Amino acid sequence: MPLLPSAVLLAVFLAGPIGYCVYYAFTNMQLTGSATTDFVGFDNFTRAFGDPDFLNAVWLTLVFVVGSAIIGQNTLGLALAVMMEKASKPVKAITNAVVIAAWVLPEVVAGYLMYAFFFQQGSLNAILDSLHLPQQNWLYTLPILAACLANVWRGTAFSMMVYSAALNDVPQELIEAAEMDGAGPWQRLWRVTLPVIRRSIMTNLMLVTLQTLSVFGLIYAMTRGGPGNKSQTLPIFMYQQAFQNSLIGYGTAIALVLLLVGALFSTVYIRLLKLEED
Amino acid sequence: MAATTTPPATASTATKGARSAKGAPSARGSRAGRVRSSKLAVNVVLLLISVLYIVPLLWMLLASVNAHASFRLSLPDPFTLDNFGKVLNVDTTYRPMLNGLILCGGATFLCVVLSILAAYPLSRYRSRLRKPFLYTILFSTGLPITAVMIPVYSMFVQVNLIDSMTGTTLFLAASSLPFGIWLMKNFMDGVPIVLEEAARIDGAGSMQVLWRVVLPLMWPGVTVVTIFTFIGMWGNFFVPFILLLDPAKLPASVSVFNFLSAHDQTQYGQLSAFSIIYSIPVVVLYLLLARKLGGGFALGGALKG
Repeated sequence: MPLLPSAVLLAVFLAGPIGYCVYYAFTNMQLTGSATTDFVGFDNFTRAFGDPDFLNAVWLTLVFVVGSAIIGQNTLGLALAVMMEKASKPVKAITNAVVIAAWVLPEVVAGYLMYAFFFQQGSLNAILDSLHLPQQNWLYTLPILAACLANVWRGTAFSMMVYSAALNDVPQELIEAAEMDGAGPWQRLWRVTLPVIRRSIMTNLMLVTLQTLSVFGLIYAMTRGGPGNKSQTLPIFMYQQAFQNSLIGYGTAIALVLLLVGALFSTVYIRLLKLEED
Repeated sequence: MAATTTPPATASTATKGARSAKGAPSARGSRAGRVRSSKLAVNVVLLLISVLYIVPLLWMLLASVNAHASFRLSLPDPFTLDNFGKVLNVDTTYRPMLNGLILCGGATFLCVVLSILAAYPLSRYRSRLRKPFLYTILFSTGLPITAVMIPVYSMFVQVNLIDSMTGTTLFLAASSLPFGIWLMKNFMDGVPIVLEEAARIDGAGSMQVLWRVVLPLMWPGVTVVTIFTFIGMWGNFFVPFILLLDPAKLPASVSVFNFLSAHDQTQYGQLSAFSIIYSIPVVVLYLLLARKLGGGFALGGALKG
């Protein structure tokens, strides 16, 4: 049975940890100190929901996902794809190349470049200065906004490619028919194009949400969750609880919450795809 | 992580040129003018966005050859290749790159071979197990792997796999396997079954058919899966960051981070030089992929279901 090796590897290295995750989340396991690990029931979860830092992390994760994925990457990706249909060839090639370059770079490199870009003496403030616009110590005053913009910079290529492909599949006759009936460009987009590609929109929303939910390296390289906890999203909060505060059990409970949210989105995604019947 | 950050995308641009040329001639004069000015507006907006996109990239390129690099975008003053010279040594560059190659290369190889094996029955045979397995695979591609890193760490501590290159390679392979299998299956679905039947009549077994008939027909698919798996892993920071401790075993994704935090503010040039060297493999692989498959690529199926 050629499925066997994959099934074994998946069971040991993915299903195993997920099972462990469920188990640890109900224990008070620690990295150091008390040698025994006890079953503590829902303590970790009660603790989390009473912990202002956890609630802060939930809020920031929500801001990060909605702001950078659902609004940022998704909308900019769609806008770029739509505009590129109309743009002249060299402009299209340039846009394509730079947007995809930002996406191909390794996560930590992207984080480093974004750190430099948003740094107080960095390029963004230099640009704002030359335009006589107010500057900002981005990483200090608005770190989550900087992280959101960084994630838009890094991730939009994905949505752009998904939408370019989807727009390509829109039958040209439909657009022309709408044009004959006197629909303007915006009406054509709203009434014809978007309804036709709605499945791509839904799938893209799911995928970018899932990707953004688990972003760690980008934010960690930029701000380490700081200053204080002002950019501490759930993955970073989870990491800090487990490894810096040595609270493995508590960190795992947070991981389980993250995993459940991911599983929820994943389920919706599968529903949307609906495997072909056979 | 690899499985969820890897991208499905298609973009066949062939029909586009013909399409955009169509609108103008039949239009009345005023409309042609409007089309032209809206095209101009679109071009301007796209160029502005491109400029914003390009600033950080340009900064990296310029800082790497600048003897006095700062965080501000500026021309090299004076131009120098010293930054590259200083990072090109065993500790900073060669060993981390080699470690990355061993980890990601090994995991990619494993992932691709296992994907081929798993995709074959999923693509060819109808069994009761097929659908649940496919759903499980699809479901796992969506799970945030970041979330399982803490339990994976605890598990690895218990079975003494922490700080083991083999353990990390296996985990990396497993984490990209769902996406690999899913993509591979979709590519395999595109290979006509007729040819296999002919081989079977000649008495070939399943494995022989797979290696001798199916596989040679789907090299583009295998290449796509291989390159995407590798690119995803090469950039992966969290997995090796958690599972490996010994500095001598760290791949470039983690060492660049340590480099980032350990160095004082005068080393931007070196950091940029190293970032460029570290990014070269994935950029080259990506360009190969884009070229081979004509600009965009048909990672069909991953999104279309």
